[in-house]
Amino acid sequence: MSGLDALDLARIQFAFTVSFHILFPSFTIGLASYLAVLGGLWLWTGREVFHTLARFWSRIFAMSFGMGVVSGVVMSYQFGTNWSRFSDVAGNVLGPLLSYEVLTAFFLEAGFLGIMLFGWNRVGRGLHFFATCMVAVGTLISTFWILSANSWMHTPQGHAIRDGRFFPEDWLQVIFNPSFPYRLAHMVLAAYLTTAFVVGAVGAWHLLRNGRNEAARVMFSMAMWMATLVAPVQIFAGDAHGLNTLEHQPEKIAAIEGHWETSRGMPLFLFGWPDMEREETRLALGIPHLGSLILTHSWDGEVRGLKEWPKDQRPPSTVIFWTFRAMVGLGMLMALTGLLALWLRWRGQLYDTKLFHHAAVAMAPAGFVAILCGWITTEMGRQPWVVHGLLRTSDALSPVPAHNVAVSLAAFVVVYLIVFGVGVFYILRLMRAGPETVHVPVPEGVRAAPMRPLSAAGGTVESGGRAR
Amino acid sequence: MSIDLPLVFAAIIAFGVIMYVVMDGFDLGVGILYPFFKDRGDRDVMMNTIAPVWDGNETWLVLGGVALFGAFPMAYAVILPALYLPLMLMLVALIFRGVAFEFRFKAARTRPLWDFAFAAGSTVATFCQGLALGAFVQGIKVSGRGFAGGTFDWLTPFALFTGAALVAGYAMLGCAWLIMKTEGGLRDRLFAMMRPIGLVVLAFIAGVSLWTPFHDPQIMTRWFSWPNIAYLSPVPILVALLGLGLVRAVRRRHESGPFLYTLGLFVLSYAGLAISLWPDIVPPDVSIWDASGAPESQRFLIVGMAILIPVILGYTGYSYWVFRGKVRADSGYH
Repeated sequence: MSGLDALDLARIQFAFTVSFHILFPSFTIGLASYLAVLGGLWLWTGREVFHTLARFWSRIFAMSFGMGVVSGVVMSYQFGTNWSRFSDVAGNVLGPLLSYEVLTAFFLEAGFLGIMLFGWNRVGRGLHFFATCMVAVGTLISTFWILSANSWMHTPQGHAIRDGRFFPEDWLQVIFNPSFPYRLAHMVLAAYLTTAFVVGAVGAWHLLRNGRNEAARVMFSMAMWMATLVAPVQIFAGDAHGLNTLEHQPEKIAAIEGHWETSRGMPLFLFGWPDMEREETRLALGIPHLGSLILTHSWDGEVRGLKEWPKDQRPPSTVIFWTFRAMVGLGMLMALTGLLALWLRWRGQLYDTKLFHHAAVAMAPAGFVAILCGWITTEMGRQPWVVHGLLRTSDALSPVPAHNVAVSLAAFVVVYLIVFGVGVFYILRLMRAGPETVHVPVPEGVRAAPMRPLSAAGGTVESGGRAR
Repeated sequence: MSIDLPLVFAAIIAFGVIMYVVMDGFDLGVGILYPFFKDRGDRDVMMNTIAPVWDGNETWLVLGGVALFGAFPMAYAVILPALYLPLMLMLVALIFRGVAFEFRFKAARTRPLWDFAFAAGSTVATFCQGLALGAFVQGIKVSGRGFAGGTFDWLTPFALFTGAALVAGYAMLGCAWLIMKTEGGLRDRLFAMMRPIGLVVLAFIAGVSLWTPFHDPQIMTRWFSWPNIAYLSPVPILVALLGLGLVRAVRRRHESGPFLYTLGLFVLSYAGLAISLWPDIVPPDVSIWDASGAPESQRFLIVGMAILIPVILGYTGYSYWVFRGKVRADSGYH
């Protein structure tokens, strides 16, 4: 650990724990809404397949939600343990926002989660549907508050600074700060897409084994509708978010684009290696004028370059140049998948095109990778600030010695890899077992093909007897 | 401002903490008792009594953390770094016991491992909470608006003692909870355990009560000077009465009595602690008014709390009502 000081270690620990954490909420935000839709469709149509799917996905939801909760409790304490100076300085603004998240979202989710997961036989269908809706609404309210708090760190407003501390003056301005609406829309859509591609991949995987599996067909179709409809909207929302960033954090955009000199007719680099020392982007391969066209919506628009900011105020371009491109590339792939699905659906081949099913399986992690890349881009793009332009990350640290942070970081790495590795393994097994193993009445004809031989390991997941 | 907002928030946070202590207390207690029950069916039942509610219970811990952040940011910024290692260990332990709820019902060969994770995670998390409480009561070194002490300031005999005391206390809550929620042979064994656990806890209560005043002459004066000793004497007397009531309820095999008496003991111990520490939010020198956040932050937060906490209590209560009654081996939720 030599060479890493307390600041580096605390940043690595926060990045590591929050990156793991975000994977689970991203998935459960979308899945909760999906479960609400399935529950509603079951109530409305009475078709058993929706019930089967709801049962199946709620087991996976339970696993993912549990891991989101335990990794989230870590986050709520880490502000104080590792960033106590930040907590003291910004607590008046951020503390109430996070408190509202707990009051309006966490309790709502937790209060109705028990009924949603364990109450199938204890309450009526309507009430069960209501509980599912409350959980889904809870996840969205939670997204609202946490992104409001995060956005304020990017585009702070509505506060005054006295004695080096932030004091709220106008709560509406604090909550609805300039980057918040864009970030919220972008994140919710990202969560929905992430879930859609997981659901689609599971559907496709089971279609590859049995093309007549009704549950697999329904979930695949629903997921592909989401891809077709939401991915283009997401590209639009992402573009709007980028323009908002250009307005409020222009140095972040310059770093994302590896753009050093303020100029008109900026090219869009497809490849390159931004070098922070040499202040240039090496091996650059770009399309002339496209950068200006995208960012300013004009052929010769002027975009400010990184050299306009002092060296100690430049975000690390080398990293976010690439994370941004990975995110956008994946977004394009998702939109392409949605278009292909629409075309196949129109041709009546959505359920028979094996190659497309293989592609859909391969796209399963696309949303997660895109979300991680997007968050790395926006958060590293805020550096060296923790509150943009006002408080440096290095001034936010706790007075905790480096070796303590090294110990906790090592513990988190080991524990997360074991615990969440096992959790993901169980989730994959549940997915592989498929909806037909859920012990609920299934109408004739659904189990057209013989069930796959169950794994010899004889575990509970495989036998599906623990249906929830 | 006619309302003393810091005082109101101190009361709200105190309420959140006691809600956490009794609610997560009984489900952590179930984990602490796990090693005493080897049978898989018993363990399934024990876990199923808390599976639908543990997540909501743990949310009170998160509320305690963020409400402190929201209303007393300075206290949050001092206490958490001061207790860095025990809190980190608690979080790691909570991860293990939290995922065990899901994992042990999915696992086959590795089930004993997740049973162990559940029991050890619950015990270690409880011990760390007790340790943190003891270190907090002993006092935290502050300079300016930040923590100024050392890495291991929290590691004292008193803190180790309160850690052990809390493990016993949560085990008692868990045992009493399980008596209400189970039946048959399992309940009989729990009844047999209730009295010895109760006596150990009463001994711990006496130990902590007698040890605490020696840390701080102020606490000594508060409890043992005239006329305070007269006003405050109902606290220890009530503890003794509740202890007697508990023993009687166990002898008569009253099913909800032990839980109610245990709740009473927790509330009284908590009240005793509050009397000792008042008005400090970071003992021994920082009061709730010193650490108070901006009034505009507290005003914004109090509106939501006044509306939302009753609503939360309402639907939390409803959820408990849905899952009321005994949990049987084969009528589990899984």
